[in-house]
Amino acid sequence: MNTTAILALIRTDIRLYFADRRAVIVGVLVPILIAAFFGYVFGGTGRNDDAGKIAIAVVDEDQSSVSRAITADLTADKLLQVSALERAAARDQVKAGKQSAAAVFPKGFGEQTTRALFSGLDKPQVELLVDPTQTTGARVVEGLLAQYSMQEISKEAFTGAYGRRAIDDYLADLDQQEQTTTRADLETLLRAARKLSDERDTTTVGGPGSSARREFGLSIPYTVAASEVTARDTTPYNGYAHSFAGMAVQFILFAGIDAGVLLLLTRQRGIWQRLRSAPLRRGEFILARALATTLISLFQFTLIYLAAALVFKVRIEGSWPGFIGLGLALCLLNAAFGLMLATLGRSAPTTRGFASMATLLLVMIGGAWVPAFVFPRWLQNASLYAPTRWAVDGLDGATWRGLPFNSALLPIIVLIGSAAVCLAVAIWRFRWEE
Amino acid sequence: MLQVQKLSKRYGDRLAVNAISFAIAAGETVGLLGPNGAGKTTAIAMISGIARPDGGVVSLDGVRVTQDANELKRRVGLVPQDLALYDELSAWANLQLFGGLYGLGAEQLRQRADDALALVGLAGRRHERVKTFSGGMKRRLNIAGALLHDPDLILLDEPTVGVDPQSRNAIFDNLEELKRRGKTLLYTTHYMEEAERLCDRVLILDHGQLLADDSVAHLMQQYQGLEAAFMQLTGRALRDEAQA
Repeated sequence: MNTTAILALIRTDIRLYFADRRAVIVGVLVPILIAAFFGYVFGGTGRNDDAGKIAIAVVDEDQSSVSRAITADLTADKLLQVSALERAAARDQVKAGKQSAAAVFPKGFGEQTTRALFSGLDKPQVELLVDPTQTTGARVVEGLLAQYSMQEISKEAFTGAYGRRAIDDYLADLDQQEQTTTRADLETLLRAARKLSDERDTTTVGGPGSSARREFGLSIPYTVAASEVTARDTTPYNGYAHSFAGMAVQFILFAGIDAGVLLLLTRQRGIWQRLRSAPLRRGEFILARALATTLISLFQFTLIYLAAALVFKVRIEGSWPGFIGLGLALCLLNAAFGLMLATLGRSAPTTRGFASMATLLLVMIGGAWVPAFVFPRWLQNASLYAPTRWAVDGLDGATWRGLPFNSALLPIIVLIGSAAVCLAVAIWRFRWEE
Repeated sequence: MLQVQKLSKRYGDRLAVNAISFAIAAGETVGLLGPNGAGKTTAIAMISGIARPDGGVVSLDGVRVTQDANELKRRVGLVPQDLALYDELSAWANLQLFGGLYGLGAEQLRQRADDALALVGLAGRRHERVKTFSGGMKRRLNIAGALLHDPDLILLDEPTVGVDPQSRNAIFDNLEELKRRGKTLLYTTHYMEEAERLCDRVLILDHGQLLADDSVAHLMQQYQGLEAAFMQLTGRALRDEAQA
């Protein structure tokens, strides 16, 4: 094997890469900037109380103790950012995408809901204006609204003025009805409720949100203790870890496209004749190209993760050998991908365009931009056929998930297997003789 | 030294080189002349081992290309018609690559590169990027790239194309120096005056066929000049087809 020639080719490829300093800077800086943006959007280095809150508007046309209490509960919820607005303004803001939804409590809401709780009749309608692009947020709002409404309406029914009036009216209705065992039981129940209400009169004991109100009413009979399951209990989730994994994968594949296009251009220049006239074998040339691209990709990968570690506090919480193995496998895949492109492509512009489109598609379905769990189930399953998904998942595992080497092994095998397929196509299609 | 026997190459329906045969002795400088599309570049490509012949044999001191192409390639230096240089790299970095391809070690490469750069008058520009060079300087560096492994046979495919008279003159000086050093040169060109100045013998090729193989002196005597010989043998029809 002509190792001197292989080394000379590798050295030249690396020199050519560094000769275009602007491209080097862009190739490293752009993924860092994009990863920083996505990382910040997905939570940054810790939980920011304002980050991720769902913006909603509340239009209280009722101004009853019930509607005010529900508004107070919604405002106190850590998932929501509540603005009190007029109906027209609320509609405009939802339309403009500034609010995910707007809840409108109509006039008479408090009294009607309290009566409807006993009678089941004449239910008032709460209007929920929803931004169709933010349906997930709107569903959350719908759930919270139901929770807080049941809580406050039931409190009002058993401790408030509306509740007492509703019980009195219901008892008066019962007096008109025929005497039955059921009527007698219902009357006993309502009179007991009335007595309780008198004893706990919230209109005198306390207003909305008072401790007296809190003792009554229906509420969820359990509490939820949510905790982030990351590498260590003391380590909060770092949103940058995922975004850097995604962008490293994307931009390293872009470097593979550059390597492929460079090879295509080389074939069209006199330098190709010089290479072909030298005592160099086909295999030696392919090996040199693959090694050079792998080394360049490793340089890029290292710089991207160095920035992630130094600036964005991304840590290898899992297996270091796993992380290194994933980096190497990804760079090998990139080199093989570049070689395959060079052998399949006809012209540099067409190849670059087609390969960029394919790469973007691969990284999108690989979860590099948006985590794969937001995809429909069929797409999640389909994405398992994309090596990019394995690369991103593997890097997530080695960083913030803190998984052991065993967890990195399958992604490494998939990446190396994909590299082998690309390399096989490249070797099959590579035209050395003319 | 170089023996070419019944060498043929076909591209689709077109016979680019049609069973040409000739021999070149060691130390000889031979011009391969022909109009555009005559088959000169294809012939050079087959002799240098780049293109595989459809028929015929190329051998160097009895060693056939098909027997050991790499052994033959180590003894041949090619100066392609298209500039075989990386513009983004320095002259020195280009030469390091070309020397490396022939397995030259660091010290040997440094000496050979120094000699080659001195020969073509670029010793003072070694660390400058090729893209800053003039057309003539690039052509000279293109020649230097073929000399690093000290080949016995140098194939030059139109080495003066697109350069000014001063650079052309400098290239002639370089080639004459190589000739003085005993190198064997096979040189393709359109320019008759180049062949008159440099060559001991010329081969005239057209439509893939060898029309003449004679000494410059004899052709000039027979046809009252080399250009007259060329025009008489190849005709006056325009050659607008792609070069092969």
